[in-house]
Amino acid sequence: MSDQHKDINEDIRWAKINEDVLRSMENPRMGYWVSVVVCLALLSLAVIAEVYQYNTGMGVANLNWPQMWGLYIATFIFWIGMSHSGTLLSAILHITHADWRKPIYRFAEAMTTFTLMTAGLFPIIHLGRLWNMYWVLPYYSDRGIWPNFRSPLVWDAFAIGTYLTSSALFLYIGSIPDLAICRDNARGWRKKLYTALSLGWRGDDRQWRHFRKAYLIMACFLIPLAVSVHSIVSSDFAMSIMPGWHVTTFPPYFVAGALYSGCAGIITLFVLLRYYFRFEDYMTLPILDKTCKLTFAIAMVWTYLNLVEFSSVWYGHDMVAKELLIDKFTGTYSPYFWAMLFLGSVVPFTMAFEKIRRSISAMFVISILLNIGMWLDRWMIVGPTLSASYEPFAFSVSWPSWVQWFIVIGSFGWFGLLFLVFVKVIPSVSMYEVKEMIFHRRHIAHKDIASVMHRRAGDAKPSGEAGLEGVKS
Amino acid sequence: MSLENILTNWSKYRKGAEEGGFHDYEHMWGRVIDLNKCTGCSACVVACYAENNLAVVGKDRFADGHAMHWLRIERYWDEPDLGEGRVAEFQHHGASFLPMHCQQCNAATCEPVCPVAATYHTPDGLNAQVYNRCIGSRYCSNNCPYRLRYFNFFSYYESSWPAPLHMQLNPDLTVRDKGVMEKCTFCVQRIRAVKDKAKMQDRKVLDGEVQPACVQTCPTSAMTFGDILDMHSPGKGVENTQAAALWRKHQVELGKAKQVKQDPELRGYRVLEGLNTDPKVLFLERVREV
Repeated sequence: MSDQHKDINEDIRWAKINEDVLRSMENPRMGYWVSVVVCLALLSLAVIAEVYQYNTGMGVANLNWPQMWGLYIATFIFWIGMSHSGTLLSAILHITHADWRKPIYRFAEAMTTFTLMTAGLFPIIHLGRLWNMYWVLPYYSDRGIWPNFRSPLVWDAFAIGTYLTSSALFLYIGSIPDLAICRDNARGWRKKLYTALSLGWRGDDRQWRHFRKAYLIMACFLIPLAVSVHSIVSSDFAMSIMPGWHVTTFPPYFVAGALYSGCAGIITLFVLLRYYFRFEDYMTLPILDKTCKLTFAIAMVWTYLNLVEFSSVWYGHDMVAKELLIDKFTGTYSPYFWAMLFLGSVVPFTMAFEKIRRSISAMFVISILLNIGMWLDRWMIVGPTLSASYEPFAFSVSWPSWVQWFIVIGSFGWFGLLFLVFVKVIPSVSMYEVKEMIFHRRHIAHKDIASVMHRRAGDAKPSGEAGLEGVKS
Repeated sequence: MSLENILTNWSKYRKGAEEGGFHDYEHMWGRVIDLNKCTGCSACVVACYAENNLAVVGKDRFADGHAMHWLRIERYWDEPDLGEGRVAEFQHHGASFLPMHCQQCNAATCEPVCPVAATYHTPDGLNAQVYNRCIGSRYCSNNCPYRLRYFNFFSYYESSWPAPLHMQLNPDLTVRDKGVMEKCTFCVQRIRAVKDKAKMQDRKVLDGEVQPACVQTCPTSAMTFGDILDMHSPGKGVENTQAAALWRKHQVELGKAKQVKQDPELRGYRVLEGLNTDPKVLFLERVREV
């Protein structure tokens, strides 16, 4: 396999694509159930911790004065970041006509939706009185009380809500033709489900035209949204007055970090799906190779923005910010800070080598390492500033308790569970877009096959059946 | 905040900090703390606990950072290196004390970040905290450069005031439950009572009539509390108060990030003034022999 140079083989037949992808949605095997049990176990840890925290108070998480935020907010940023990859692949690469995204964008888009569903839980979990969480929404109240529209947390609620709705819609709209394929191949209750979901898709000309338009409009709508969401999350920090948070470069820095961890997340899921569902024909090594190159480029942007932040603090001569920066490099948090720099800026250089980019197992490990680095990055944004800011009397370091760790770990279980449901309900490889990709490539590389297989109404008939037979063999 | 209200009063709301923020102040409660007089006895802290129903969290939780001291006495020690080659072997002058409570900033950083507007500026110039509205996002505390906001990490009612101690709780204000942020209010319940009394008697509030618990308790009278509005816009508020006189005497002006003073006798400063938070607590520097 490693000598494969084409993104996808042009001789895959439509029926085989349907068959391969639909097979991944059939009755699950043992490995699937084991994964479900593991995810449920992780999730139950989080539920236990959350129930305990809800009943006792936020103190059990070992949040304290002045460490009022902890892993909850760090992990919230982390998950929001993960969500950006889907939009990158499905929208940005769509309008730039990078067709290699087609076999892998569907699960990336699903990742967007589910990571947002995970991320959205964290601001709720971290509230002291979470039963009043709906107060941040501008609903009509008899008392005429509105949220404070100046607060970045309110912007967060709007931004995440909008992004979640749009990305879920985008995921759904993009899968309608595939859901129709499922409908045509399903029986029993599944048939009913997919009949409803596919909205009467027949695949005629008019439907495709409208579909294309809707998809393009959604893609164009989603790109600025994705950029703004993480910019707004960054303004939770950038809009504050605190050293280490009040940083002008935070919005681009957060967006770069988001795309970075998102791409690493795609690589992880790429490897898992390829392995579990035998998607070797679609999730090919050249596509992995391209994804890794993209990740590498974004990693360098992230590194550059980090350096910009450091140097602007250093030359800015704001003594408090400078002291905090020095403290990050040498103080209590320094092991984590250095680990973040190593994992985020040094480890990606492994992706400069083609041999590593094309190695499934190596990339699996590296992508997870990168994401650990990015998670540490978010923690290093939240933690050190709270431990040492302006008031020397309030300098203190505290570490998260098991409650925080359980909820953080449980969020991975929650995401995993959502994703496991997804792979069995919606095709995790976009069948119609893979066909499209092959179709276009055939027209470029194999005119002979294309002329036989993709005859339009006006085209001349090929001489005999010889051409088609040749393709079959 | 009905639509008519917004449309009618929009220009009033959108006035920024550069214009001094909200203009129609009734009062502007501020204070002066003379550090020369402060002995660090902590009587004010005790008074604050008694007056404001502050939870007594116990030694362990205090060490965990769950204390609720709205007023705290910060201690700062001499640097061993005195400069010019001299090294202090002992702490000659003992600690320097800095009583810190909410600075009631006029351009408070905690106010814009609260998602539900649970903390806002009152026409009294106070930075108010509405416990009922607070959802506990703790953003205000994170954005307070002085770290003067305290969060109810637990429900302290039963452990802090076991019967019959609950009988001594101050009925003029609430006992806060878990998940709510709280901070010094300048004893707003006392201000309210005095204002109501003055209104009933159809007169203005007098200077010195409002006394927060800490000011009342201070044995050395290090703290002076009063309306400082008349130095800001003459003819309004309580006129010619002692506090305003001290602000004027030490030439500290509201709305400025830096005070330009020539006379070394003028000891007034505000904590972290450069951040442009515009605090309303004036500290008078401690004068010491080196």
